[in-house]
Amino acid sequence: MINMFEVNETNHMISEENLDVRTITMGISLMDCIDADLDRVNQKIYDKITGLAKNLVKTGDEIAGEFGVPVVNKRISVTPIALVGGAACKTPEDFVTIAKTLDRVAHEVGVNFIGGYSALVSKGMTHADELLIRSIPQALAATGNVCSSVNVGSTKTGINMDAVKLMGEIIKETAEATKDDSCMGCAKLVVFCNAPDDNPFMAGAFHGVTEADAIINVGVSGPGVVKHALEKVRGQNFEVLCETIKKTAFKVTRVGQLVAQEASKRLGVPFGIIDLSLAPTPLIGDSVAEILEEIGLERVGAPGTTAALALLNDQVKKGGVMASSYVGGLSGAFIPVSEDQGMIDAVNAGALCLEKLEAMTCVCSVGLDMIAIPGDTSAATIAGITADEMAIGMINQKTTAVRLIPVIGKGVGETVEFGGLLGYAPIMPVNNFSCEKFINRTGRIPAPIHSFKN
Amino acid sequence: MKRTIITVVGKDTVGIIARTCNYLAEVNVNIEDISQTIVQGFFNMMMIVDTSKCTKPFAELSEELKTLGENIGVTIQCQHEDIFDMMHRI
Repeated sequence: MINMFEVNETNHMISEENLDVRTITMGISLMDCIDADLDRVNQKIYDKITGLAKNLVKTGDEIAGEFGVPVVNKRISVTPIALVGGAACKTPEDFVTIAKTLDRVAHEVGVNFIGGYSALVSKGMTHADELLIRSIPQALAATGNVCSSVNVGSTKTGINMDAVKLMGEIIKETAEATKDDSCMGCAKLVVFCNAPDDNPFMAGAFHGVTEADAIINVGVSGPGVVKHALEKVRGQNFEVLCETIKKTAFKVTRVGQLVAQEASKRLGVPFGIIDLSLAPTPLIGDSVAEILEEIGLERVGAPGTTAALALLNDQVKKGGVMASSYVGGLSGAFIPVSEDQGMIDAVNAGALCLEKLEAMTCVCSVGLDMIAIPGDTSAATIAGITADEMAIGMINQKTTAVRLIPVIGKGVGETVEFGGLLGYAPIMPVNNFSCEKFINRTGRIPAPIHSFKN
Repeated sequence: MKRTIITVVGKDTVGIIARTCNYLAEVNVNIEDISQTIVQGFFNMMMIVDTSKCTKPFAELSEELKTLGENIGVTIQCQHEDIFDMMHRI
């Protein structure tokens, strides 16, 4: 039988260490909404999502109440809209109408984000893919809750450099289109290599074409819990350190598994995966950077950071996979700058630069995330940074992503404020030596030799 | 049968157990186990209860216990047992 010590430990994690379920994300296939008539596409999308997700928020809140663990976000991911709208949309503006429909649906069912305004172009772009990508700046400026992502490369296909170049321009245009709102559009736009089909976390969530009609994916969190557990083993050897992280990750993931099972049962929607990510928030004590510092770094960015992060990421996975049979999504430690107070402090202290962050993305679960850069950074430079990050993903057979925010009208040393979970970010310097000639070559980077496994 | 864990934490005072148990009796909740300690003047109690015949829905039970706690000056929380089982038992 459960004893008082165990009950207190769990409740302490929730009340003092910010243990929560970060998101219940319902993945919804919109393949059956495809139609040649744009109005009918929009109507079908509206009907399908409101039908399936009408109880999502209520159910999430009920589960949170009954188990006493916060379920912070309730979200929806949909089939990449480039596929859904391809038959009906003849212009970027046509795609924007779908974005507006998604936004309306999000308001209607009460979710705070809806992801999947996406295109998968890792080898080539269809006409519809290109129209969608070109509509992104307008779509993100015209909506509040829609998230967009573009997959421009994979280990199997190589990197579509035409898409990388285009995304450099689109990121700039999105920043420009939302400059009166802290360039917020760019905070909702991710460029991926090896994007997972079942990621529950925004802004990169979409419902892959290999998925069922509807599924429930759950993203857990709990950097504060790991940090707190590590405080108790300060100075001990790596074996003890790793054991502690694993045990903690196990406990955190089990809570996610419980919530996922309950949500799936109550909503009548099959359970997909648990995403084991350590996702920080701007709250004090909810930071991945603080874990790395607890492991033994004065500041994130100090020598040893990449090794510490590699260790953390691996132990989180080892603990988590024991706790759930279906682990997927991104599953690892996130290192967004603006959403993590410890990361912000490290940047302000001069300990952490873009190049070190790039190195860290080789071993963490995602990539260059929520990084503010000067507004006058060229599209080619943004494309170059993106290409580097995509190459890391392609060669290492892992997901990598880029979510950069060129802050229009601001430069290094200034700060941009996004508010809420997105936090604020100091603008970081970028290496401005030109890569234009590299980016202007057309075509794609071939798949690496180790992708030929057949 | 779904078992529920009720935890009561706060500064020790007269009648915490009495008032909590009275309320639970009123709403037909059966108490299966109680453990309780006082550490440095702080009252700490855990009850395992059966809510299957409770006259109120869970959300209401939870809310009323919370209010009762506020009246006594302690924190009362009410959670399904599953969360603790999942976390601490393989």
